[in-house]
Amino acid sequence: MAGKPKLHYFNGRGRMESIRWLLAAAGVEFEEKCMKTREDLEKLRKDGVLMFQQVPMVEIDGMKLVQTRAIFNYIADKHNLYGKDIKERALIDMYTEGIVDLNELILTRPFLPPEEQEAKLAQIKDKAKNRYFPAFEKVLKSHGQDYLVGNKLSKADILLVELLYNVEELNPGATASFPLLQALKTRISNLPTVKKFLQPGSQRNPPDDEKCREEAKIIFH
Amino acid sequence: MAGKPKLHYFNGRGRMESIRWLLAAAGVEFEEKFIETREDWDRIRKDGSLMYQQVPMVEIDGMKLVQTRAIINYIANKHNLYGKDMKERALIDMYVEGVADLNEMTIVFPVHPPGVKETKLSEIKDKAKNRYFPAFEKVLKSHGQDYLVGNKLSKADILLVELLYNVEELDPSAIASFPQLQALKTRISNLPTVKKFLQPGSQRNPPDDEKCREEAKIIFH
Repeated sequence: MAGKPKLHYFNGRGRMESIRWLLAAAGVEFEEKCMKTREDLEKLRKDGVLMFQQVPMVEIDGMKLVQTRAIFNYIADKHNLYGKDIKERALIDMYTEGIVDLNELILTRPFLPPEEQEAKLAQIKDKAKNRYFPAFEKVLKSHGQDYLVGNKLSKADILLVELLYNVEELNPGATASFPLLQALKTRISNLPTVKKFLQPGSQRNPPDDEKCREEAKIIFH
Repeated sequence: MAGKPKLHYFNGRGRMESIRWLLAAAGVEFEEKFIETREDWDRIRKDGSLMYQQVPMVEIDGMKLVQTRAIINYIANKHNLYGKDMKERALIDMYVEGVADLNEMTIVFPVHPPGVKETKLSEIKDKAKNRYFPAFEKVLKSHGQDYLVGNKLSKADILLVELLYNVEELDPSAIASFPQLQALKTRISNLPTVKKFLQPGSQRNPPDDEKCREEAKIIFH
């Protein structure tokens, strides 16, 4: 009954990349409909398929879902990546929200005017090193298990590992003093579905760059 | 076993107010520990209670939860305000995320310097009138039911009604052309728990103002 999920976005990481990671990690095949021009966005808006006139939008199981967190949460629910009870869900959400806060700085940076990007990079490095990475290292240390919550893979592990890759792209030694984060990154990267996603030819996008910024400007402004 | 939830925040609406609304609507009594001075702030950060060194933080059922959405979701799950299945959860999340996007603008509004406030106010009015209110009016119209999702009260209804009150404080005629939203606001306001919360003497905070801004500056900077 349900076909493959269909992702509507422009051709870059932006806010859709975390969704791609989650679907890929869950072993779900998906299609992408890339917007290339202002007209493409206007058409989607006129069709009435974007509840708040924004993307990401994912067509999945008969729904046209917008809002990144609504999409993640549905995928996590559907694929048993959301813990076993409401307290585990609360921890998973608390960890995910911290990840999202740091990832937000990273994903918006390419779209800032070039002169602001340096300061933003310093902020990212500082927050990663002094606020977020210590918090997650502490969680893993506290229970010594392979996953952040309930000894089982959840959206928190997948999104944290995506974040680690993102930060390392900007700052190669970023996880050097966080052995448990390094171990988590290795473990998650070796899951067959994630391994496949990390290989060339997958639907994973290269880092957003100047070209992306220009394209996004055309479509969104 | 579980005492009352304990809310840690400064004495203002900020990011805690939505949590107060939800707890109140669910009929849950709660305590508040206000951060009033720089010393209070330094102490709570030093004692390791804040996963990311930030508030809101809510002590609930043995957890010290931070991150507004994690807290909101736990309360919603615990008090049956999150729909009956995954698809209803997805709709509820999608709606709540839209509400949160507009509410974010009203939360930070008091913090802007006077010159910037004028522009921000126009933005809030425009987004409310042209993007968010029509979207929710359309949902209610589409099924004609008393609540946004599944004919049952959820976090989406409560948080949307909070938003309507917030926008009306800035723009009194904001929902004049949205009859379904007006009806929802009336219905939710008449629920016994919400009615009580809306009366003087409840834990509801007055709008954040200049004084709030100064206090927050002292504590957080």
